Amino acid sequence: MPFIPHSAQDIQEMLATIEAANMEQLFDEIPAHLRVKNVLAIPESLTEMELGRLMRARAQQDNNLLCFIGAGAYEHHIPAAVWEVASRGEFMTAYTPYQAEASQGTLQLLYEYQTMMASLMALDVSNASMYDGATALAEAVLMAVRANRKNKLHRILLPRSVHPFYRQVVKTIIGQQNIQIDDIPFDINTGRISLAVLKEVAAETTTALVIPQPNFFGVLEEVDALTDWAYTKNVISIAVVNPLAMALLKPPGQWGKTGADIACGEGQPLGVPLASGGPYYGFLCCKKEFVRQLPGRIVGRTVDQEGKQGFVLTLQAREQHIRRAKATSNICTNQGLLVTASTIYMSLLGPKGLRQVAITSHQNAELLKEKLSTIEGVEVVFQSPRFHEWVIRLPKPVALVLRQLAERKMQGGFNLNSMYPELGECLLVCATETKTEEDIRKFVTLLTSILSSTNLLDKAEQGGAHAKTYL
Amino acid sequence: MPKLIFELSRHGRCARAQVPRHIPRAINIPKHFLRQEEPFLPEVAELQVVRHFTRLSRNNFSIDTQFYPLGSCSMKYNPRGVHHLAMLEGFLNHHPLSLDINSQGYMACAYELQEILKAVTGMSGVSLTPMAGAQGEFAGVAMIRAYHFARHDLERKEILVPDAAHGTNPATAAQCGFIVREIPTDTEGNVDIESLRAAVGPQTAGMMLTNPSTLGVFEQKIQDIAAIVHQAGGLLYYDGANLNAILGKVRPGDMGFDVMHINLHKTFATPHGGGGPGGGPVAVSDRLVPFLPTPIVVQRSGLYAWHSEKECPQTIGRLSAFMGNAGIILRAYMYARLLGKEGMERVAEFATLNANYLLAKLKAAGFTPAYVNRRASHEFIITLKTEAKEWHVTALDVAKRLLDYDIHAPTMYFPLLVPECLLIEPTETESKEMLDIFVEALIQILHEAKTQPDLVRTAPHTLSVRRLDEVKAARELDVVYKQIIDPL
Amino acid sequence: MNNVPKSLQYSKTHEWVRRDDDLFTIGITDHAQAMLGHLVYVELPEPESNLEVGQECAVVESVKAAADVYSPVSGEVVEINEALLETPQLINEDPYGKGWLFRIRPYENEALKLLNSEQYLKQVVSEAH
Repeated sequence: MPFIPHSAQDIQEMLATIEAANMEQLFDEIPAHLRVKNVLAIPESLTEMELGRLMRARAQQDNNLLCFIGAGAYEHHIPAAVWEVASRGEFMTAYTPYQAEASQGTLQLLYEYQTMMASLMALDVSNASMYDGATALAEAVLMAVRANRKNKLHRILLPRSVHPFYRQVVKTIIGQQNIQIDDIPFDINTGRISLAVLKEVAAETTTALVIPQPNFFGVLEEVDALTDWAYTKNVISIAVVNPLAMALLKPPGQWGKTGADIACGEGQPLGVPLASGGPYYGFLCCKKEFVRQLPGRIVGRTVDQEGKQGFVLTLQAREQHIRRAKATSNICTNQGLLVTASTIYMSLLGPKGLRQVAITSHQNAELLKEKLSTIEGVEVVFQSPRFHEWVIRLPKPVALVLRQLAERKMQGGFNLNSMYPELGECLLVCATETKTEEDIRKFVTLLTSILSSTNLLDKAEQGGAHAKTYL
Repeated sequence: MPKLIFELSRHGRCARAQVPRHIPRAINIPKHFLRQEEPFLPEVAELQVVRHFTRLSRNNFSIDTQFYPLGSCSMKYNPRGVHHLAMLEGFLNHHPLSLDINSQGYMACAYELQEILKAVTGMSGVSLTPMAGAQGEFAGVAMIRAYHFARHDLERKEILVPDAAHGTNPATAAQCGFIVREIPTDTEGNVDIESLRAAVGPQTAGMMLTNPSTLGVFEQKIQDIAAIVHQAGGLLYYDGANLNAILGKVRPGDMGFDVMHINLHKTFATPHGGGGPGGGPVAVSDRLVPFLPTPIVVQRSGLYAWHSEKECPQTIGRLSAFMGNAGIILRAYMYARLLGKEGMERVAEFATLNANYLLAKLKAAGFTPAYVNRRASHEFIITLKTEAKEWHVTALDVAKRLLDYDIHAPTMYFPLLVPECLLIEPTETESKEMLDIFVEALIQILHEAKTQPDLVRTAPHTLSVRRLDEVKAARELDVVYKQIIDPL
Repeated sequence: MNNVPKSLQYSKTHEWVRRDDDLFTIGITDHAQAMLGHLVYVELPEPESNLEVGQECAVVESVKAAADVYSPVSGEVVEINEALLETPQLINEDPYGKGWLFRIRPYENEALKLLNSEQYLKQVVSEAH
């Protein structure tokens, strides 16, 4: 049997020690009528070789496409050393580092990660990570709520320029509590939050403002003005940022006169593969006055009985295994392995390398925009500065165009149709450092030919194409 | 102890081969958006990075190197082949927002895992999106809430939790806006039925339970419990932490549970990764299917498709930016395929055999089980209450001393109601020889406790650090290297 | 081992109360601090907030445990011991002196249903068995 080492003799000896006649007797405390009667409807077992063949075929099915989709998950080059080292059994199969003396490797790594991430955000502290960017944002909102003990009802300003899936997750997670979410519309011309709108929506009970950088459309928000506004209104500012971009862009801790209070986001761009959407990890950093509200695990440096440096999980008394119903969160895990990969990634690239990845991504996206805007009928929406993503409007239904691109092994971007119907037939495209001029030229050529074709089949295909899009 | 990586840093050093080529193009970003100073990241060469982190890894216990008799955690072997195949390029390069037609390979695996989980749990619907057990619990309790709301049954504000429950249970119920009410445990480790009867009423939204319980024994009156909760109009939640004990033997759906989560990193052997990622799919009975978190994979006319808010208007919503920890879902799927039907039925058998064998050996060696009259499930508790009194050696000391014997500590001081306890779970993947070594180690430590208690009290002695000053860590918070900021 | 001054009154939940003219000073007992171990953090009520008898109003935290403090009287918080925010170990070192938590101005006609030192000591002893 797979993964069970017992020999027939072992089984006999063990049963004899237990004084049980057979295996069945081990379950004698379970009422007989509850036992599984029908054989489980599960396929017969496979050998590793058979499984390998099946999985290679399935992996191959989804492979070999050129990808210009971003929208919260970004393709970057991951140095071979990252996963070679992170996949070591001593990292991968270790348990949560509760036994500090037996987990110094993981704990030191997390301390190094916290240092790197806090510095990238220019904030005082970082936790050891959350599930993903969306849940990190939800937890950041809950931190703000806990930090503001004065308001009975809490209102959160959540701009529509924040990733739509993040907004949905925030609603799922905090929807069970006395918190109201105010959707803030974006300026239809710039694609940014407008201060004038904020001023209208804000109320006495506004607890926090979420500020994305870059925002979901790839556009850079006027973060200084937004942070300053929040500060003067006694509203907690929560930055939700792309961590890679922070090697190039002004980090949350330096926004406005005071810096943002909390920063969070998706750690995936730092060495984590796309992998169908996970596992990724969320990062969460804050100013030191919020450290007691910081959920999840935090590693601290201390000394052992002999005065030697060592690391432990600290501030654990806030956590569920001690505080139970009064815990800051029910979370009992971080995303240790992904943080391991990210820490190795950041170490390999260093400050200059990381900045270069960000710059090259930006430059490639600029090149892509230039070429796309030469295609007849394609319109670049939002003429604002941006990082590495662009919204373009197409003269044909986006769903149809994406389908036709996909048939030619090209993933053209994310369809904004269902999330932002007011924008019309819009597509969010991204280019990172992984794209060459040749890739970009190929994309533009294909798109040009699809848009210029007057194939009568287009209309017939349209219905089917809609049904096949994600969401 | 290796130095901190920051201490290896030299200005201008870098893993050059990893940096993209410079392109002679302008940066089209106004200056006030740009960062002025570099972040404090180490400047090190590739070999230094590889050596540093490889050395760090060697300062860890792990399943690949040590035995983890860690109760409630099912630390079984994580098959290498499964990891290897999950790292195939086709899976790693797949964007979560690819069109469905470009995602059929992954979706087939996710769909089949949903079906397998339905079969082993006896439930009607599964959503794979929760990213950890605690998030699965959250989804489950949120579904209970949504169910009552949809029926305009608005007065159900209480969730019942046994006093022996995992800490996440009350934390989750509170996070979902419920009041938590604890139900006591009787002397044999069962839920106290009379107390339960007295506690239920029109205010009861549901009860959270695991079976076998956290005390390592099977809750025999589970159907009575289900009937009491259901008659009061509440729903029954199964905490899947202990599913390994009954996999292939009893199904939560057959016991009367309405909703549960499954810890893929326990029962389905996905790696713990030094504390995550996990996976916490939820499975539900018919009446909760409409409330499942989205997205969910469905099959129609031979193609797999995602169902989201549009198709599931009553869903509690989305729990992750994309569709959960896909890579963990893949690994759990592959593990299930390697086990197959027959292997799946053997899991609980051998997990239980190993636990009962250990219990019998330890009893014979003079250790005290917490529940003398009960059969162990896949785990059991011994209490060191007497030893603690006699030799002033605590469960913590014994656990720390085990580290010197190259065995990971068992779960300690949980469940809270058993004094000086060790919760021990060997899992089915450990050999008899390993179990014998563990028993010998505990006997030896007991002997040390009598003859040289200080040796035990100050353990561990053989690892890279001795016991650490946790009070100092909490009072003088130092959570980022002080070259950038002073300790808080 | 237990220091239970006769001059103070006590609650069942291990708070002590000292009457100074029209104000009450509140802290946790020597027994409570000993059970919790080295304290690393204290969360105090907001000054000027109003508390009811039995209301959770503060948290004392050690490395392994966190305990709620329940207000033994109803009234308005007039002062908190800010020194504890930096130096929570004052509670361990001097629970009835420098380790006080907060002062409260009781509502009028507040009749205290508290234990005297003898009754409290009896409770502590009975809890230990």
